[in-house]
Order: sequence, then structure tokens, then C-alpha cells
Amino acid sequence: MKHRHIIGCLLAGALCATPAMAQELTGTLKNIKDTGAITLGFRDSSIPFSYLDDSQKPVGYAMDICYKIVDAVKKELKLDKLEVKLNPVTSSTRIPLLANGTIDLECGSTTNNAERQKQIAYTNTHFLTASRYVSKKSSKINSIDDLKGKAVVSTSGTTNIKQLTEANAEKKLGANIIPAKDHAEAFLMVETDRAVAFVMDDILLASLVAGSKAPDDYVISKDAFSKPEPYGIMLRKDDPAFKKVVDAATSALYKGGEGQKIYDKWFTQKIPPKGLNLNSPMSAELKNQYAKPSDSPDPDAYK
Amino acid sequence: MNYNWNWSIFFEPAPGGTGTYFDMLLSGLWLTIQTGIFAWIIALIFGSIVGVLRTLPSKTAYWIGFAWVEFFRNMPLLVQLFLWFFVLPELLPRSWGLWLKQMPNAPFYTAAIGVGLFMSARVAVQLAAGIASLPRGQKQAATALGLTTFQGYRYVLLPIAFRIIMPPLTSEFLNTIKNTAVAITIGLIELTGQARSMQEFSFQVFEAFTAATVMYLLINIVVVTGMRFLERSLAIPGYITGK
Repeated sequence: MKHRHIIGCLLAGALCATPAMAQELTGTLKNIKDTGAITLGFRDSSIPFSYLDDSQKPVGYAMDICYKIVDAVKKELKLDKLEVKLNPVTSSTRIPLLANGTIDLECGSTTNNAERQKQIAYTNTHFLTASRYVSKKSSKINSIDDLKGKAVVSTSGTTNIKQLTEANAEKKLGANIIPAKDHAEAFLMVETDRAVAFVMDDILLASLVAGSKAPDDYVISKDAFSKPEPYGIMLRKDDPAFKKVVDAATSALYKGGEGQKIYDKWFTQKIPPKGLNLNSPMSAELKNQYAKPSDSPDPDAYK
Repeated sequence: MNYNWNWSIFFEPAPGGTGTYFDMLLSGLWLTIQTGIFAWIIALIFGSIVGVLRTLPSKTAYWIGFAWVEFFRNMPLLVQLFLWFFVLPELLPRSWGLWLKQMPNAPFYTAAIGVGLFMSARVAVQLAAGIASLPRGQKQAATALGLTTFQGYRYVLLPIAFRIIMPPLTSEFLNTIKNTAVAITIGLIELTGQARSMQEFSFQVFEAFTAATVMYLLINIVVVTGMRFLERSLAIPGYITGK
């Protein structure tokens, strides 16, 4: 009987193979091993975390960290060759594409908060940023109180617009809050005087200002709307084996000197495509985070 | 698929403190309806004028109509809204531009007028086609009765032409409502915008967009039913559109 022969072989194979394998692979790791490929999701304009350079290749701080994770996964699975596929994502598509298995890691600038952790998981925080505002020097907005009764823009659907709305109610600013579709458009509103200030993560403001026509015309506020909040690389929830590998890889990267080198490359030196320099040395909070990596969504955990 | 479904998300309070996520979507729906109706009124008025211009014997009138239609329908709507909102104020004298920029609700008016003008080109083409489909005798009969051109259009040609193009006008009305979704590009947080905000805050993408889809479907069903009712009540027995 041909069939019985095959089944016999399969059973024998399974029995023989079991002791050899340390443990059964599940979830993402199994998938990567089966297909010999891992897919990274990248953003097209999240400078300097994940964006396209002049040859349309995704580069950035988060991309570099993701490539280190890929190396660790390759080592863990003892693969000779691991193909890296790249897939563009936007803020609207990142969750569905992660959930349906199109991408395995989202390498960008996604804020890690408790509500979002109900849907996905994050590895160790790679950046911390507070909510501040940028305005034209000529409009002389020196503190949050100066925004009273003015038009203020922020990107719709971000944690920043939420903080702005709260501050507006709490401090009775009576500011007219304009939601914009994305960061570039929000900045354009300040550039064309439709709004006096743009509230956003300070690092993104720094990159927008650095890339603008007249960087000297703008000033980023000292006042902040929030404590520094963590950014994390997203992965699928309920996949402890994969998360363990990814966490171990990022933890080793940050604790060793290599993480600092990658940081300096993107935040304190000239970066492609226009040779901008963000001039943002590592903050005290992020130094703490590098010494003691964590994936906590709570800003207070990073003090 | 590794996705955490949570349909009760709609009843959870949304950040921003104005109510639940469902309230957020409803406020978006209301803005969509307002923008859609305002845009449709503009589309009908300008579309009718330009549509008539295209059928007049005058060469100048024809060319004005032609230029209008080609200008508005050959540029993507997204680009048009962007031009109206960001580029137009820069081209005006500085004080006018500032006045435009500081107008409250600027995205709403820009969106309604922008979508309205875009759709007016389509209404114009359909109306011109409707008028052209009338037998030539109609126009000649109007002239023979001693009616002026204006009267001929007002009492003879347009009443029939509008009845003929009622079914395509219904779909243009639906398109107008759906096209308002493009207005998020200039910061009008209507239904699609609210669905996007909801997914950013809660990460429940599929729930947010399912709800938005259902809401669009509901408005459009109401519009289709209403227009069909109108079509039937206006039908004249004996004409091609009547029974």
C-alpha cells in the first residue's frame, strides 16, 4: 500500500526529528523559516527614522535597528540566507498589514501607548520624544499661553492633537485647532500663515524645520505639551517566541556601543538625501533607556 | 489573521473628551452631509448655466462653456482642492490672502466650493447632452411660437432635458457626496477623516472603516430613494421619461 508507506515514513520522520529540534517553532519564526524571508514595513517620509533616500531605498535609524534584528533572527534560526523584503506602510495601513502577515516588523516612528498595545506588541523603545510646537520667529510665540485665541495646527489622529485639545480646554486658551492630514501639510499651514503654530513630536519638527526653505525663520518651543513618549518597532501580538528574539537583539544593540553609533549617525551627522543635520544629541531619558531597555508604554518609566 | 476584534470600541470614550468614538463618527457624517449638499447646490447652479452655454448658437458662449468644462474635469480633484486652499491665497494681494487664510471654517468652504465646481463640469456635460437629445423640432416650435431664446430654454427645452438626465444626475449626486472624502487633504475632518482619526487613536482599523462604509452606504441609499421618488413624481405621461 503506497499510502500506508508514506504515512509510516512521515511518522518515523516526526519521531526521529523531534529530539533533534530544541523546540517546535511557532508563529512568525516558523513563517520566516518556512519562507526563508522576513518582511520589513517602512515609512516613506518619517525622517530620520524611516524614509526614502534619493535612490528610493528605505533608510533611517529604525531601518538600521531592524536590519540588526534581521541578523539576530537569522542567527537564531541558523539560516545561511535570509531574504529581506521591504514593504511600504502608511499610518493607515500599518496595522492591517501587520495583522494579516504582510509585514513582520514595522520600522518607523510609531508611538507606544497602552491603548495601542491591546492590538499589537512593541519591542524595546528606540526613541523618546515630547510634544512641542514650531512657530515662525516673527510671530513671537514664546510660551504655550501665547497661543491664546490663535490658529494652531496638528496632524489629525495623532496623540499630539489629543494633548493639544486637552491643554486648550484645561488652560482656557480658546485656540482654534486645525487638524491637518499629515505632517508636511501641517507644516505648510505654518509656512503659509494659515496657523501660527504646529504641535508635533519635537524630533519630527526638527526634521521639518531642517528641510524647509528657510530653517532660520522657525523656532521650536521650550514648553512641552507632554512628557517624552516612547517610539517602538511594532510586531504582532501574542507571539512570545518572536518577541523574545527581537527584544534580545535590540537590548544587546542598545547596551553595547553599537546602538549609540547608529544614533549618532542619524541624529548628529549629515543624513541623505539633502545632507541635513538634525543636531539632536541623545536625551537623558534615552540614555537611561539604552542602559536599561524596556518596552513600557508609560512615559514615567523612562525618567 | 492576528487581529484583535473589538466591536464595543464604538461605545468607548474617544480621546478629546467630546464623547464616544461613535459620536466622533457621527460628527464626521454630519459634516460629510453638509459639505455634500452645499457642493451639490453649487454643482447644479453652475452646471446648468455652463450646460446651457454649450448648446447656445453663440460661438463665444460655446467656448466659455468648453473652457469651463475642460478646466475642471481634466485636473484631479485632489490637486484642485490643494490649489484652491494652498496656492490661491498666495497669488492674491497679501491682505486678501490673509483674509482668506484666517476665515473661520476655511476648509469647509474651500471643500464645498472646490467639489461643487469640479462636479459642475460633469453636470454641464450631461445637461448639454440632454438638450442635444431633444428633437430639433422642439426648439423650432418654441421659436415659431414667438418665444425668446431664454423663454425657449426656460419653458420648453430645460424642463424636458432635466427629466431626461435625472438618472445620471442621481449618480452625480452620489459622486459629490463620495468626493467630499478628498477634503481631508485640506484638513476637513469629515467621515473618512474621523474614521482615520479613530483608527489612529484606537488602532481598531477595520471597525472604524466598516462603520464609515456603512454610513456612506446609508446616506447614498437615502439619496437614491429620494431621487427616484422625485423622478417618478416629475414624470410626464407620454414622454420618454414618463410611462
